[in-house]
Amino acid sequence: MNPRLYPLAATIAIFVLAWVICVMQFPLMLSTRVIGNLLTDNAYLGIVAVGMTIVILSGGIDLSVGSVIAFSGVFIAVMLRDTGLHPLSVFALLLVVTTGFGAGMGGLIHALAMPPFIVTLAGMFLARGAAYMLTIDSVPIDHAFYDLLDDAYYLMPGKGRLTLIGVVMLLTVAIGMIVAHRTRFGASVLALGGGEAAARLMGVKVGHTTVAIYAFSGLMAGLSGIVFSIYTSSGYPLATVGTELTAIAAVVIGGTLLTGGAGFVFGTLIGVLTMGLVQTYIVFDGTLSSWWTKIIIGLLLLSFILLQKGLLRLTTARLQP
Amino acid sequence: MRNALRRVIPQLVTLAALVALISVFFPDVLRIEVMDGRLVGPVMDILKRGAPVGLLAIGMTLVIATRGIDLSVGTVMAITGAVAAWSITQGYGLGGALVLALLAGVAAGLWNGTLVAIAGIQPIVATLILMTSGRGIAQLVTEGRILTFSHEGLAFFGSGTLLGVPVPAVLWGATAIGVALLMTRTALGMLIEAVGVNRSAASLAGANARVLIVAVYVTSGLCAALAGIVATADIRGADANNAGLWLELDAILAVVIGGNSLLGGRFSIAASVLGALIIQTVDTGILLAGFPSDYNLVIKAGLVLLILVVQSPNLAHRWYALRRTAREQRKAAMTSAKEPGE
Amino acid sequence: MLLTTRSLTKTFPGAKALDSVDFGLAAGEVHALLGENGAGKSTLIKCLTGAYTRDSGDIALDGAPISPRSTSEAQELGIGTVYQEINLLPNLTVAQNLTFGREPTRFGMVDGHAQRRRAETMLEGYGIDIDVSRDLAAYSVAVRQIVAIARAVALSGKVLILDEPTASLDAREVATLFNVLRGLRDRGLGIVFVSHFLDQVFELTDRVTVLRNGRKVVTENTADLDRVRLIEHMLGHALEDEVSTRARTGGATARPDLLRFEGYGRPGRIEPFDLSVGKGEVLGLAGLLGSGRTESAELMFGVTPAQTGAATDAGGMLDLSSPRAAIAAGFGFAPEERKEDGIVADLSVRENIVLALQARRGWARPIPRAEQLRLAQMYIDRLDIRTSGPEQPVGDLSGGNQQKVVLARWLAMTPRFLILDEPTRGIDVGAHAEILRLIRHLAADGMSILVISSELDELIAVADRVIVVRDRRHVAELAGADITSDTIVRAIAAPDAKPTEAAQ
Repeated sequence: MNPRLYPLAATIAIFVLAWVICVMQFPLMLSTRVIGNLLTDNAYLGIVAVGMTIVILSGGIDLSVGSVIAFSGVFIAVMLRDTGLHPLSVFALLLVVTTGFGAGMGGLIHALAMPPFIVTLAGMFLARGAAYMLTIDSVPIDHAFYDLLDDAYYLMPGKGRLTLIGVVMLLTVAIGMIVAHRTRFGASVLALGGGEAAARLMGVKVGHTTVAIYAFSGLMAGLSGIVFSIYTSSGYPLATVGTELTAIAAVVIGGTLLTGGAGFVFGTLIGVLTMGLVQTYIVFDGTLSSWWTKIIIGLLLLSFILLQKGLLRLTTARLQP
Repeated sequence: MRNALRRVIPQLVTLAALVALISVFFPDVLRIEVMDGRLVGPVMDILKRGAPVGLLAIGMTLVIATRGIDLSVGTVMAITGAVAAWSITQGYGLGGALVLALLAGVAAGLWNGTLVAIAGIQPIVATLILMTSGRGIAQLVTEGRILTFSHEGLAFFGSGTLLGVPVPAVLWGATAIGVALLMTRTALGMLIEAVGVNRSAASLAGANARVLIVAVYVTSGLCAALAGIVATADIRGADANNAGLWLELDAILAVVIGGNSLLGGRFSIAASVLGALIIQTVDTGILLAGFPSDYNLVIKAGLVLLILVVQSPNLAHRWYALRRTAREQRKAAMTSAKEPGE
Repeated sequence: MLLTTRSLTKTFPGAKALDSVDFGLAAGEVHALLGENGAGKSTLIKCLTGAYTRDSGDIALDGAPISPRSTSEAQELGIGTVYQEINLLPNLTVAQNLTFGREPTRFGMVDGHAQRRRAETMLEGYGIDIDVSRDLAAYSVAVRQIVAIARAVALSGKVLILDEPTASLDAREVATLFNVLRGLRDRGLGIVFVSHFLDQVFELTDRVTVLRNGRKVVTENTADLDRVRLIEHMLGHALEDEVSTRARTGGATARPDLLRFEGYGRPGRIEPFDLSVGKGEVLGLAGLLGSGRTESAELMFGVTPAQTGAATDAGGMLDLSSPRAAIAAGFGFAPEERKEDGIVADLSVRENIVLALQARRGWARPIPRAEQLRLAQMYIDRLDIRTSGPEQPVGDLSGGNQQKVVLARWLAMTPRFLILDEPTRGIDVGAHAEILRLIRHLAADGMSILVISSELDELIAVADRVIVVRDRRHVAELAGADITSDTIVRAIAAPDAKPTEAAQ
């Protein structure tokens, strides 16, 4: 096997192992119901994590996505409440806004030569503030089209529901995989992650690429906001606080180097599912308090990071004669 | 000394401009009155409310100087606050509560420092672990409830005054001065900067980089513990979910506003402290000026952008280039004016 | 002429980097570009490749005037560049690196198979056989360098500029590279070759252009030049010949032993060796890159602690388990990678000089400011460090002056045993001679010094004894009159030498 695939293999192996352990304890966890719920409950996270993977592959970080998801929900809810626009038009409008927002941050990062951490931190405040300015209450979404979206699912054998938003998430991951690994843009992203100076020498248009990367992340955050609004049927400016960190955790657990330059979109999906699995396990167990989720995810993060560190050391050690 | 002053001029100017701006809407912003033996006024309010972020910013400055970042400080506030409240309710007394809370901060710092300096994990990832799991630990301590207490001694750290000044402000000031003196009067400052700029070179020159890095994370944990005590004492209860929530971002922001590079190296505690003051002045100023607090985040975002533009290396470079060409043109004009006479 | 410049001028604040330089490169030649640091070599290259915009003058390619505004524009015009370090992306595969920006696509997606095939075609004729789907990071610097050349040639195809391409290659790798370059020359490319290694210039190039202080000194056929004249052109004055002026003591003089290393080694790094170090002795460590020279030094300084054997002095066993322990034992170490491991760029000259001293005293006992300034000023004067003052950031100094700052840091410690790994690498010839003189002076004052160098002349000039390292073993020890380039080369290239792995 090509050594570059080791981290991905480890991620998958650990996910499978975790699932086997879960199933051995609770055989029901193998059912399509659990699988369907896993996909549905984590759909918004999976989508936003795809965008985050691209950003992290380029060596950047996007702290604004949680706020953008909340803004999206509020934006959709308020637009549907106050205007007669069809949800699809609202979606289109929203995606333009969030993509433009991401592009703006990318432009600032490049033009000001400032760390993405700080620029997207400002974006985080801005998006959350904008959501507050639209409303400070939870706004329910009541639209026939939303009921339609909510009820769209495919009944898998075993009564598990493969919902529309679950499918959207899987499609997004597939598109993300193509974008990251099979396009010139993806190659430029990895090049930036490998080193800006070298990327520039190779002919990467650093400015364009940076703008496109954060625009893509904004687009994904907008899409995730749509999915989240379908999932919750409401818009709330205090929603999805901290989702950016969960997404980053999923990306890291998925085997992507936080320094950029190496990683896999598919691994991110596994990362999201692993975190979902932990939550499901705690629900199944019933005796564990909810705060154990956080502690276990933290431990999981730690073990994945240490594992990667070890793998890295192993591969580089083998390189030297 | 003059250099140190020159270093913080941008922050002082920003602060003065902010105060001037607020005074347009709220003329009494600088007024301080004595009421019941304590000083009251917007300034005191800013000093008191800014204390948690200000305390975090002190530790964060050192961490960032070593090219690190500590994302866990907000969570550590929650943990230490929970430990303090728990110890008081368990009857360990004020001393016990303070010691245990500070020890919890030290333990958190040791954990982060070990992951960064010894396991060699990137700081942002290493501290992310405690950031995500720490609130679970705090909830473990409080058993998921808001743990309230009625102990005047501990409450003193949140709402008491010392010589009329709010205790949190005193703690903040004392910690800032103490740490700043420790950095400048000993060789710690230089060694930390050396490790931050080039760890490998500093290690080869005999600097104990590992110990230094662990020490800065422990300092950061201690500062977070102080901030956690202040926050818990202020509301007389430990809220594992919300104590210190997102304050790590404010603390990092304070350090950046203070003009310290996120890439490590040269640092100024005074500038970070001023950065924290600027953030709190914005927060309080919005309220004083009568804007709805919903605008707070947007204004903060605008402020960050403004500071980014001002501090941007690109723009600084262009500004420098502009001044240089202007100077050269002037010189050229002078020499060409002189030439005919020669 | 393939590429010509006429009256090329470029000014930076405070200095004229290029002053009316005329330069001509013919198709089918390898043209060496030489000069001390600051002579204008890199400025000339950067003007040719569009990294800088010239102030005045003309550049013509194939007779047509050009003014590239970026490296990619220069590339499209036909001028490709391979730099010493940052060229390619180690985190991408070889195939991705080779085809970057011109990936074969199908339905808008990169066609992986076609990409690999194209990459393999591009590497044909370069004499390396590697798996192009592996990460570039999996291969040696030499392979990366050749991949970079293959990419530059494929993209540009007229002019190839090589900036110090051999700086981190061993002899075998250099030979491979030179074969590739000769092949390209015969195909009609014009190659500009920048190097510090004069031997390589004589071996490879057809013509030489020497720059000094931003002006062109001479362009001549390499065959018509000899070493002395070339160095004279570069320095502008006759070089004081260290080799001939130093009187050989004839045989090893009896020196009291300062240190002994017995069975000192670490599996995978260096095989156990015995070594004694005399007081006031200069030891040379010769060998090819990767032979175990630096590894020996790192073992002695505790960077990677030894796993076998012991180090002793008159007082008994020494603890050399970490740099701190080694420093406590009176050792000093100026590493090879000055920028990565030597200087602390953002800190001032003063802080860099007192750093080790301060680290040894501990953080709680700061060196008083006045004392720091006195030390800094003393070494600035004594080593002739060219700086605007002790408070200038050391990153702003030139390579030679940075090296002197690192030396000053250790001299301030007055170590009894100082290890210098490639102390003159990347330094201009003038500073070079100064540093060699300094080493002799220090040894005369009683300091024991270990010098690692890939330049034999240098070792011959300063060393009392030379240890030859090959394949991670200490294989020979030469002393006194036995130290000649002939004996050292023969020891390095002994018949039982196993071939060092070129790739991997």
